[in-house]
Amino acid sequence: MKTVIGSALNVLRKTTGMLRAAQRPQNGSAMISLVNVTKAFDSQVVLNKLNLEITTGKITSIIGPSGEGKSVLLKHMIGLLKPDKGEVVVDGEVISSMRGSVLNEAREKFGMLFQNAALFDSMTVFQNVAFPLEEKTRLSPAQIRDRVHEALAHVGLKGIDKKYPDMLSGGMKKRVGLARALLLNPKIILFDEPTTGLDPIICRAIHQLIKDTHKRFGYTAVIVSHEIPQIFDISDDVAMLYKGEIIEKGTAKDIRQSTHPVVRQFITGSLDGPIRMVT
Amino acid sequence: MLLFVDKLGELTLWLLREMGSMLSFLVYALYKIVTSPGKPILILKQLHFIGAKSFFVIFLTASFTGMVLGLQGYYTLAKFGSEGMLGAAVALSLIRELGPVLTALMVTGRAGSAITAEIGIMKITEQIDALRTMALEPFKYLVSPKIIGAVIAVPLLCAIFDVVGIYGGYVVGVKLLGVNPGAYFHEMEKSVEWKDVYSGIIKSISFGMIISWVSCYKGYYAGHGAEGVSRATTAAVVMSSVMILIWDYFLTSVLL
Repeated sequence: MKTVIGSALNVLRKTTGMLRAAQRPQNGSAMISLVNVTKAFDSQVVLNKLNLEITTGKITSIIGPSGEGKSVLLKHMIGLLKPDKGEVVVDGEVISSMRGSVLNEAREKFGMLFQNAALFDSMTVFQNVAFPLEEKTRLSPAQIRDRVHEALAHVGLKGIDKKYPDMLSGGMKKRVGLARALLLNPKIILFDEPTTGLDPIICRAIHQLIKDTHKRFGYTAVIVSHEIPQIFDISDDVAMLYKGEIIEKGTAKDIRQSTHPVVRQFITGSLDGPIRMVT
Repeated sequence: MLLFVDKLGELTLWLLREMGSMLSFLVYALYKIVTSPGKPILILKQLHFIGAKSFFVIFLTASFTGMVLGLQGYYTLAKFGSEGMLGAAVALSLIRELGPVLTALMVTGRAGSAITAEIGIMKITEQIDALRTMALEPFKYLVSPKIIGAVIAVPLLCAIFDVVGIYGGYVVGVKLLGVNPGAYFHEMEKSVEWKDVYSGIIKSISFGMIISWVSCYKGYYAGHGAEGVSRATTAAVVMSSVMILIWDYFLTSVLL
């Protein structure tokens, strides 16, 4: 009985979400839209009536000073956090009002690479990458093994099946995380600071990997990054988050040439300007 | 005065919020156990971790508890010339009270703290978020198998505790102090009723639930960093132990 009621509620929630999404002016090219999103933790407002559209099939990078809420923004896109006000629309569905199994269904469109890769530390590399396949598909062990090796090969890793995450370098962990995120061919992949803490060569290698896999699989990518100016080389669009709002968004070229004082200061790394360091 | 009232109000509100949060966590966990209990292999792993791996510590605690009971019981009963009742005294103390409570406290220290630390570390390293982003329900992997495992393992460990404790009392009472072995077991058989056994089973099932519930909850809502996990682990052990003793009193008063 509970299951029947639960299913009926889920269908109702999903239908309501789709109807509400359909009522808004549709932009065919937006995979993710954040509309007037506000989020506060206690008294600290992190996102303030933020509006942002992520174009389908493109790599969009979100840049901004540390502690400005870039990761919070990313977590809203996948429904890990819910806005206090406003809506998050993903592929025509209002993800911010979803719960339970409907939200899980919407999340199947996503893959995510976390800042520290978030590999399951009690599992080997093979088990980590195989985990989504074992849980979400009915593939045979042999098919899973092939898919895992294929995914690891895509990110340039071989022969590390039996290693545990704490035996890997930072760059290798990120690549295993990317292999796991790519495995179910998601429509969207979110990258939370994919190159933080890596040396410049590994950093470039990860950026190249994102570019190559994006070209091969055609997913919509959202990257939160501090890597200026390298991030411009792989991004189609760049948005700058400052004081809870997107203060400028455009192509990588537009942002490079921006005259906005905050954007200029951030991309030149100057100490003088409107961004004040708290000391 | 106003400050005191302020603080009291704050504390009361925090307590109510915490109790509400813990209760809704338990209700959701039970709902998930019914709707998606998780793979049997995950439950077996928990049975191994909570049950089999606690065997040694339970064996050791039970042996010495039984031996102390045998020693204390013998000298107390000897004052009244009733040394023959030693078996009954040891068995009833163990089956009704000490078995379930000491087993639960030992499991809390050994497995409860580890459960909190494991889930807490998974939380702070975003492994729980990673499960969610894969559209997987964390309770199915992290909470349900642990609750099922503890509810099965703790009564079994308690049964082992009771048997080992009774033989501990036997070694001291019969082998060292010279109580008649026939009297030891005969008095035990006469005194222990089915009610004593099932009250022990009911207690250990509920203690298993308390340990896994509190430990999972504290890990799931652990604070930030290593300090957050360390505080959560301490809180889980303290809260589980206190709740076990309080719940034991209520259950005893109902089941007596």
